[in-house]
Amino acid sequence: MLESIDPSLIDWSRAQFALTAMYHWLFVPLTLGLALIMAIMETLYYKTGKEFWKKTAKFWMKLFGINFAIGIATGIILEFEFGTNWSNYSWFVGDIFGAPLAIEGILAFFMESTFIAVMFFGWNKVGKGFHLASTWLTGIGATFSAWWILVANAWMQNPIGMEFNPDTVRNEMMDFFAVAFSPVALSKFLHSVLSGWILGAILVVGISAWFLLKKRDREFAIASMKIGAIVGLVSSLLVAWTGDSSAYLVAQTQPMKLAAMEGYYNGQQGAPLEAVGFLNPDKKSYNDNIYPFIVDIKMPRLLSFLATRNLNGYVPGIKNIIDGGYKLKDGTIALPASDKIAMGKTAISALSAYRAAMKAGNRNDAMFCREILKSNIQYLGYGYIKDVNDLIPNVPLTFYAFRIMVILGGYFILFFAVVLFMAYKKNLAEMKWMHWVAMLTIPLGYIAGQAGWVVAEVGRQPWAIQDMLPISASISKLDVGSVQTTFFIFLLLFTVMLIAEIRIMLREIKKGPEA
Amino acid sequence: MLKRNIIVRIYYFYAEGFRSMTLGKTLWAIILIKLFIMFFILKLFFFPNFLGKQKTEVQKQDYVGNELINRANPNK
Repeated sequence: MLESIDPSLIDWSRAQFALTAMYHWLFVPLTLGLALIMAIMETLYYKTGKEFWKKTAKFWMKLFGINFAIGIATGIILEFEFGTNWSNYSWFVGDIFGAPLAIEGILAFFMESTFIAVMFFGWNKVGKGFHLASTWLTGIGATFSAWWILVANAWMQNPIGMEFNPDTVRNEMMDFFAVAFSPVALSKFLHSVLSGWILGAILVVGISAWFLLKKRDREFAIASMKIGAIVGLVSSLLVAWTGDSSAYLVAQTQPMKLAAMEGYYNGQQGAPLEAVGFLNPDKKSYNDNIYPFIVDIKMPRLLSFLATRNLNGYVPGIKNIIDGGYKLKDGTIALPASDKIAMGKTAISALSAYRAAMKAGNRNDAMFCREILKSNIQYLGYGYIKDVNDLIPNVPLTFYAFRIMVILGGYFILFFAVVLFMAYKKNLAEMKWMHWVAMLTIPLGYIAGQAGWVVAEVGRQPWAIQDMLPISASISKLDVGSVQTTFFIFLLLFTVMLIAEIRIMLREIKKGPEA
Repeated sequence: MLKRNIIVRIYYFYAEGFRSMTLGKTLWAIILIKLFIMFFILKLFFFPNFLGKQKTEVQKQDYVGNELINRANPNK
């Protein structure tokens, strides 16, 4: 006899993981962004030999160092949580998750700890070329680390390149390259790293604007703003492109997430994209026939183009994904969720029968059960779903987070373009309003990054591993109180670290590049 | 001899680097305090390895196997 899992345990475990991941993502993107910008500045020093560029690069390196020091190892807590709160999941993913994380750990340790030391300690001690290479390699090391983390995340969103072993109850990697270079991993990597570059650029432009507002270090501020805005503009344009390919991949691998991002219930050919929309709070169920918006403006056929690269392509809505019956890209007919649930239950029963037969030494029965398991394994996770409504993620959160990200992404393109225009064609140093806009844009950079993760992670609920393992089967059977306690401990710890980072950064910014 | 020289040079490179740090000392203090909190307080007292209670690999497989089977039908 097993007592069922307390729903509040699921909620608190999710909340705790979300809190940790979101705090971690405050530090990581800035590391990635500042690494690129300071490397560009040091390259200018290397090329021109001007001390000005050395001072400029060193100033931003100092802020990089503060962010790196405060943020370092915040991701380790996520790994603790895997072992404690997500033990079923940790075991089930096997070496697929372990391998990328181990590579990430080794890379992070060796590349970053070696080259970051040369970068900070090596001025005037190593050759200019070696120092410059170390600065670039510090950033490249951090970016490689991000790659492996995102490979692990992408596998959860689109599990490929593995086979489930019912003896060990683990997934085993069958094709390393399929896991490491999956289109979803590549897309996630580009989109996430570019968003980090944007955040770095926003911070550089915003802090430089503060110097202009204070009428200090003008040459430094204008030069930094120009580099920041160029990096930001190029990254913003590229992130729009990778966002488009991300959305296309989501349509292929996680159609429910795309439908939630759009508040899109009834599928059609030539599906429109919601340009502006306010969700109707009266809509309680996917099949209640209530229109999902209070007010909305649609862009005809654009969702079809985004999801299928065809203006007339069919895009299934939430209701269609639950009810099934539409034609898939491979020509087969989509199964209704109820059939997937039945197949999932068959897979779990076959797993149970297989293990019992193996224990009893009945090999023939075991092999028969194994075949049944194999033919239903792709729907294993559906066997835990009690109600088809549980297959629908939180639509309002996904829908609005997606819009916040996209609107801010558009704003950043405009912002960087205006900053560049003002810096080259107008007297940016005297434009107080622009300085304020630049400074107020700093929090927006963080909000956009967090909104992006909300779309990616909330939009894939209820799955820990898409279609294979829901959250409810992933978590450890812990006391809710202990999860609540650790939630508040993290909240305190991370908030203290964040306050420390902001205070130390502000102190160093005030000292300026001449310090 | 050459190898030793390189090791000694690397040692002095780091030693001098750490000695001449200003802001870095504060940051190192923060890093060390944070790592202490993470590994000696959080990890030891709040995040024991849940599956670590199962001693062998086979016991872990059985535990997770039973969890995955029974979670699908908790009232069985």
